[in-house]
Amino acid sequence: MADRITLKVTRYDPGRDHEPGFQTYEVPLRKDWVVLDALNYVKDKVDGSLSFRWSCRMGICGSCGMMVNGEPKLTCATFVSEYMPGPVSVEPLKHFPILRDLIVDISDFLEKLTKVKPWLIREEERRVVDGEYLQTPEQADTFRQFSMCINCLLCYAACPVYGLDPLFTGPAAIALAQRYNTDSRDQGTNERLDILSQHDGIWGCTFVGDCTRVCPKHVDPAGAIQQYKLTAAKEWIKSLLMPWGGR
Amino acid sequence: MAGPTEYLPKTFRPRVSTYWWLGRWSYLKFILRELSSIFIAWFVILTLLQISALKRGPADYVQLQEWLRRPILVALNALSLFFVVFHTVTWFNLAPKAMSIRVRGKPVSNLLITAPNYLAWLAISAAVAWLLLRG
Repeated sequence: MADRITLKVTRYDPGRDHEPGFQTYEVPLRKDWVVLDALNYVKDKVDGSLSFRWSCRMGICGSCGMMVNGEPKLTCATFVSEYMPGPVSVEPLKHFPILRDLIVDISDFLEKLTKVKPWLIREEERRVVDGEYLQTPEQADTFRQFSMCINCLLCYAACPVYGLDPLFTGPAAIALAQRYNTDSRDQGTNERLDILSQHDGIWGCTFVGDCTRVCPKHVDPAGAIQQYKLTAAKEWIKSLLMPWGGR
Repeated sequence: MAGPTEYLPKTFRPRVSTYWWLGRWSYLKFILRELSSIFIAWFVILTLLQISALKRGPADYVQLQEWLRRPILVALNALSLFFVVFHTVTWFNLAPKAMSIRVRGKPVSNLLITAPNYLAWLAISAAVAWLLLRG
């Protein structure tokens, strides 16, 4: 096994550069190193000006998502040795505006996430003294998969619809809306449906399915969106057949 | 969009290439699936043409059959058949994604949702084959 590998990293300084370019770095090739370790090596030993986001190093915080050899990946969970003999290209997540080097602006996602109301909605809040909202393990199982989302945004980088139409609500936000819709304690399904059944919501999705393929937490956002479409269609038929029946 | 300010820094928004769908097999497969609808529309038109020829009488139907024997139409129909099968298979395989069915709290396996689609396809094809070939 060679003892070094080349990293080809996107560099962009908004104050100086017109557009991003690449810079190559030689880093030690260690079997136990993930791409994030290699980037941290560059930052510590070679070029302290390289900027990137990271935090937990264990696939929980969702900060270190980047394009590794063109694929959206959590760099803390992607071994450098998988890309032997190199070079390994490391680019910022696709479809987001680049702020600097490998850092992208995710404020668009954060706004969309708030819009879909990913929290428990109750028609009438129970008083604290009345106790908690109970739930069986089976009921918790129905949404567990969707609750695994860590907002790493790999799904947005994989979604060509979001790339072509930034107004599209996108996979993670819809999957998180579905997480609350399928929660037995929630009563906000109709409220969310009004927001998500608009053109830029679920109907923007053309079911490419790549969001599910790249998701490191097996959330299956593509599945969530299709289930949502089915619910929206059923609601529409219901309102057509029973216009007098309020939701 | 507003220009950069002290609190809204300048960003670079990369453009998506017109040929984005050529970069990855899953994207290309998606585009082919979308494209297959054109060939499905062609089969629908062809069926309408056949029904219309049947209505006009045997002579017209023979004429239509002659027309369909042209190499270019045989090629078009072979290509259409490929795309219709591709459309059907990908559609059936995606069906479990849209249906989250749980029985006694446990999710039903994907196979149980996909298999009835294939069985219905097989049964209808067999019925059509029987209708056409019995004479």
